[in-house]
Amino acid sequence: MKRTLILTSALVAAGVAAQAEELAVMSWGGAYSKSQVEAYHKPFTEKTGITVVDVVADNPATPIKAQVEAGNVTVNVADVEYADAMALCDEGLLEEIDPSILAAAPDGTPAMDDFLPGAVTDCFVATIVFSTMYAYDDTVFTGEKPATIADFFDLEKFPGKRGMRKTPKVNLEMALMADGVAPDDVYDMLETDEGLDRAFAKLDTIKDSVVWWEAGAQPPQLLADGEVAMTTAYNGRIFSAAVAEGKPFVSVFNGQVYEYDGYVIPLGAPNKEEAMEFLAFATQTQQLADQAKWISYGPARKSSGPLVGLYEDGKTEMGPYMPTAEQNLEVALPSNFEFWADRNVELSERFNAWLAN
Amino acid sequence: MADMTATSSGAAPQGLQTADGRPLKAALAASQARAKRRAFYLVAPLLAFILLTFVLPIGQLLTRSVSDPRFIENVDRSTGEVTPIMTGLRAWFKANAPGTEPDEAAYAALAQDLVLLAELRGQGDVGTRINYEAPGTRSLFTKTARKADDLEAPFKEAILDVDKDWADPVLWQAMRDASSRYTLNFYLAALDMTRDTDGNIVNVPEDRQVYLLLFKRTAILSVLITFTTLVLGFPVAYLLANLPLRYSNLLMILVLLPFWTSLLVRTTSWMVLLQSQGVINDLLVWAGIIGDDGRIQMIYNQMGTVIAMTHILLPFTVLPLYSVMRPIKPSYVRAARSLGATSWTAFRRVYLPQTVPGIGAGALLVFILAVGYYITPALVGGSSGQLISNLIAFHMQNSLNWSLAAALASLLLAGVLVLYWLYDRLVGIDNLKLG
Repeated sequence: MKRTLILTSALVAAGVAAQAEELAVMSWGGAYSKSQVEAYHKPFTEKTGITVVDVVADNPATPIKAQVEAGNVTVNVADVEYADAMALCDEGLLEEIDPSILAAAPDGTPAMDDFLPGAVTDCFVATIVFSTMYAYDDTVFTGEKPATIADFFDLEKFPGKRGMRKTPKVNLEMALMADGVAPDDVYDMLETDEGLDRAFAKLDTIKDSVVWWEAGAQPPQLLADGEVAMTTAYNGRIFSAAVAEGKPFVSVFNGQVYEYDGYVIPLGAPNKEEAMEFLAFATQTQQLADQAKWISYGPARKSSGPLVGLYEDGKTEMGPYMPTAEQNLEVALPSNFEFWADRNVELSERFNAWLAN
Repeated sequence: MADMTATSSGAAPQGLQTADGRPLKAALAASQARAKRRAFYLVAPLLAFILLTFVLPIGQLLTRSVSDPRFIENVDRSTGEVTPIMTGLRAWFKANAPGTEPDEAAYAALAQDLVLLAELRGQGDVGTRINYEAPGTRSLFTKTARKADDLEAPFKEAILDVDKDWADPVLWQAMRDASSRYTLNFYLAALDMTRDTDGNIVNVPEDRQVYLLLFKRTAILSVLITFTTLVLGFPVAYLLANLPLRYSNLLMILVLLPFWTSLLVRTTSWMVLLQSQGVINDLLVWAGIIGDDGRIQMIYNQMGTVIAMTHILLPFTVLPLYSVMRPIKPSYVRAARSLGATSWTAFRRVYLPQTVPGIGAGALLVFILAVGYYITPALVGGSSGQLISNLIAFHMQNSLNWSLAAALASLLLAGVLVLYWLYDRLVGIDNLKLG
């Protein structure tokens, strides 16, 4: 018995020594990181013996960009938004990913056909579709309830503070949709000066009542503290607060802006092979479906969809909470990565100027 | 000593000599050289430390603020190899005066440069660099470089076919500016100015102006915070200096305790206290002073920044004031009173002038710290309580426009140095007593 024990530990030790001992995966924290730890990190460690360390940032694209620029990369894999992945890839800050490492669907469909359109690029593999929508505290509004994106901007009908992310991205789109612009026309409009002025003018109407958030975990906190009456948020965070913690939060998907989010490997990251292995493991059909058990983000593979069932509590149906559910897509806008890769710097400056004035 | 120097530096050719016949001056220098060397070795670590951690980074920062060569050279991130890029286009800019309509030769040069760029995967960097000065042009470079190999003569038509925005004169002006290694454009941007298509310096449109406003706000808020710390700190320091030792020691701990507490803890405690559902508002509502819907917004605005920063910087005023007040003898004020001065006159004419070195030191310390403060305004300042340092951080971390961040930081540094100089002229730096 003792001998087997020694032998196994020696073997395990040898195995660990041959492999990288740990991978640092950077993500967004809170309920989202938790879903990844449960669905990706733990099973991966079980299978390979490689420890996965969960590193948290407000937006991982920012620190990894700085790390690569400074030539000191400590993160092996990072979870970033689609637009950021495209921009980083164009700047040559990411490792290219060979799509042949991605696993085929269980029924044999090749990976490239199984992923949603555009979900796999040169340097990026999507894991989820997430949405920025808004949510309100049900106990604050006793009469009529907010139902459209226009209501978010209507301080007369629904008084109270608003929470918004401190970036121009999503806010400008929502402002235009609230102003009556059809989702299809939003980006054409934002390309023009008049369209931008119109979006900022709409934001002006609520500027004095806005509390700005930066980390994804903040909006549910602001709502819970009563600091705001409604806030924009990542839909999964509100779902977690409402369903898992029983908070009286109601999500409004009208006017939502949805986007892919997924994994990239920063250029020059250590242990590239293990990082690729992790990436391929995490983006398998079952893993993506498992993640949806923990947070209400839509999986980026078609074959994962049917496998998504109940929330981990065993009774909540996930379907209606997904940003991609049919009833949630009525007034919805897919985020335009090219627009933001191009305009982010300029609009951030204008946004900063607008904030400061 | 006076005699000796007079003799040795006088007209006498021999001068004083030691017993073995060497001139005294040389012997002295030789014997002192060792001691000097030893002294130098003792300070050498400190000197190296200061050079490495202070002078070098500041030098780098100043260089960066006038130079962003990403349009001129491509640095391979894995090997560090430097390749000159955009050579054709830069040669064209050199041969043609500013404002020249780009002709076929210019477009041909551009097409050729883009081929090399695509090979090096440098289009993103170049696009980002140009995007700083001509916003919205980044994707032109990425898009066109992807197709660079397929471009054929006539190049003007071919490139405009990919995107007609290539004809934009703003873009050509930006590329011309970026062709020189050194530029003052980042300083212009830091002062809310830019160059128009003819190269003239103009103000940026009003809705983009932000830096001057923030410099002004930083200055005003820093003065305000300095003033409030003085008003609050002076009586505390006076009390500390004049109480019997056992009480003043206890008080001193109360002053120092927050000083030893983490900055973040202190800032977040203010958030708990000041927010609209926070302790202070709850108390006021409970006491009936304000209604539940009339809660005062004390945080996420300038007020939050001023309150939190005043509290955090208070020890920096109290400590120098205390150290100056402690040795002031009470007999001076008593003497003034016995000569008929009222207590106010005695304070104003006798006590206050003796505390000036402490006031100066405290005010200077607090002001300089406040000007560069970053984390507290970021957490409690909302949008109206942001300071210039928050935008420097934004350009360091988010937009990665390090040159603009460096230009802003250099201006801030210059401002502080001017103030220091003014202080020296008005009060005299010798009069500073830091504790």
